[in-house]
Amino acid sequence: MKLARFILVRVAFSLFVTLVAAFFTLPLLWLVLTPFNPRGTLAVEIPAAPTLANFRLVFANTFAMRALLNSAILGLGAMLIVTLVATMSAYALSRADVPGRDFLIYALILFSSVVTGTAAMVPIFLLIFYLGLIDAHLGVILVFTGGLLPTAIFIMRDFVEGLPRSYEESALVSGATPRQMFKDVILPLVRPGMVVVAIWTFVNVWGAFLIPFILLRSPTNMPASVAIYSFYTEAGTPIITLTSSYALLFALPVLVLYLLVNWRYGFRFFGGIKR
Amino acid sequence: MTKGSLILSRRTGFLFLLPTLAFVVFFIIGPFVWVFWLSFTNQTLTGVTAVAPRFVGLANYLRLLDFGTWMTRGEFGNALRNSAQFVFGSAIVGQAGLGLLIAWAFYRRRGSLREVIYTLVILAWIIPDVVVAFTWMAFLDRDAGTLNAVLRFLHLASVDWLIKQPLLSIIIFNTWRGTAFSMLLFSSALATIPPSYLETAEVVGASGWQKFRDIIFPLIRNHILTDIILVTLWTFNTFTPFLLTGGGPTFKSELISIHTFRIAFQFFEFGRGGAIAVMMLLINLALALTYLAILRRKEVGT
Repeated sequence: MKLARFILVRVAFSLFVTLVAAFFTLPLLWLVLTPFNPRGTLAVEIPAAPTLANFRLVFANTFAMRALLNSAILGLGAMLIVTLVATMSAYALSRADVPGRDFLIYALILFSSVVTGTAAMVPIFLLIFYLGLIDAHLGVILVFTGGLLPTAIFIMRDFVEGLPRSYEESALVSGATPRQMFKDVILPLVRPGMVVVAIWTFVNVWGAFLIPFILLRSPTNMPASVAIYSFYTEAGTPIITLTSSYALLFALPVLVLYLLVNWRYGFRFFGGIKR
Repeated sequence: MTKGSLILSRRTGFLFLLPTLAFVVFFIIGPFVWVFWLSFTNQTLTGVTAVAPRFVGLANYLRLLDFGTWMTRGEFGNALRNSAQFVFGSAIVGQAGLGLLIAWAFYRRRGSLREVIYTLVILAWIIPDVVVAFTWMAFLDRDAGTLNAVLRFLHLASVDWLIKQPLLSIIIFNTWRGTAFSMLLFSSALATIPPSYLETAEVVGASGWQKFRDIIFPLIRNHILTDIILVTLWTFNTFTPFLLTGGGPTFKSELISIHTFRIAFQFFEFGRGGAIAVMMLLINLALALTYLAILRRKEVGT
């Protein structure tokens, strides 16, 4: 009886794991195989003669490369502002007597998760429109920064709280100003936290579709996430060779950064902070 | 913390917080207030109503909630119903359910099998939206798609997924996309349960289901609630299914987020779009407040 149940549990477990593995692998096969197939279609085929020709097509396509550069500009721009501003705020929240600080942080997170998605883009679009920032990278960067800051501060606070106060206390004794203390004492110490926030911001902005899609107009300004929808034949079907290799290329930085964070900080940490 | 250990004065602290406050006022609180105002006007992007929008009272809301027509194709009620089915199917049953099953299946198991499965599930979660949309378009294609190839191999009928079953397609897609979060949350919740609790149950010969129902479930109930609310909030607001079906065909997979997009950014009717956005934001707010209430209860309870 006990043996029967043991076997039953083992069989059910194996069946379940096989199904889960299939469900999560099968949709990805196309992405892994097609970019290396010179005659790629929507079907999953192991290329008879794997080649990098499709990637050469992408690299020769100035529009596609320009779009990757735009993605990098948006990602790096938001990354710089979010990381700096979040570090400053986390520092203030940790070291100054801010009235109701815990309430403040929770209210921030709460509001940023409420004012989100297409619903938030209705007034934000008009705001950017009246500011004259439609079709400007700056507008997109500012909107991303506003949306990502609360969570970034939340992540950053853990790192700042973990720093010993003794360094700052001795800096205070030697007469350092708050600005010097932040720049020369805090920034070097809190660097691991800044790396995490920076990577998290970059990955979020790099992959995002909706905000640049709504706020940008001219094809030359589009990031790769929007530009990928431009590789169509005259018949209106996507050019598979170009699109598939571009898609893989576009996903690559995210995968590399994920591996980096996974290796440096462990896997659960990154898991917990992605929205 | 004592007052004496304060390193920054209140004034300096405020200065350090100033950039954040500016961003929050401009891009979170400001838009939140503005969209309420917008929803009572007939603002558009071009034409007379762009320059001088008029106050129209509740007209936009009355139009959304006109119960004679709101369930017809392309209307608010239809989108709301689609979103409700989408959230129930892909967030609660799909992501939370499957995430819990996977976490439970690998509870107290270590090793490479667990690593492989976890990595696969997380991979689906971290790849950018447009990339997964393309690979799923290929996966679900009627003629060449992998899913139909598998079905034919099993001697089952193939289905034109994106045309005949658009809502089911995006439900399956979103389950695949987001299960990782629930799986990770439940894994760490399960890891906090002392093994001795279960060993005692095993001595008396409890089955797996009994152990789950009587020991595991009561201990992680708050985590389950937290998870369901968060994935509901995210799923309710997600726009990614648009990349797969565009809301169609004939609005069968038009979610409320896609509906808002169409009214505001394709028709440029910001008054009506604002009214839909207000409805969405109020639902978001209700979910977020429930989440806070659970967090507080958790703090008091333990």
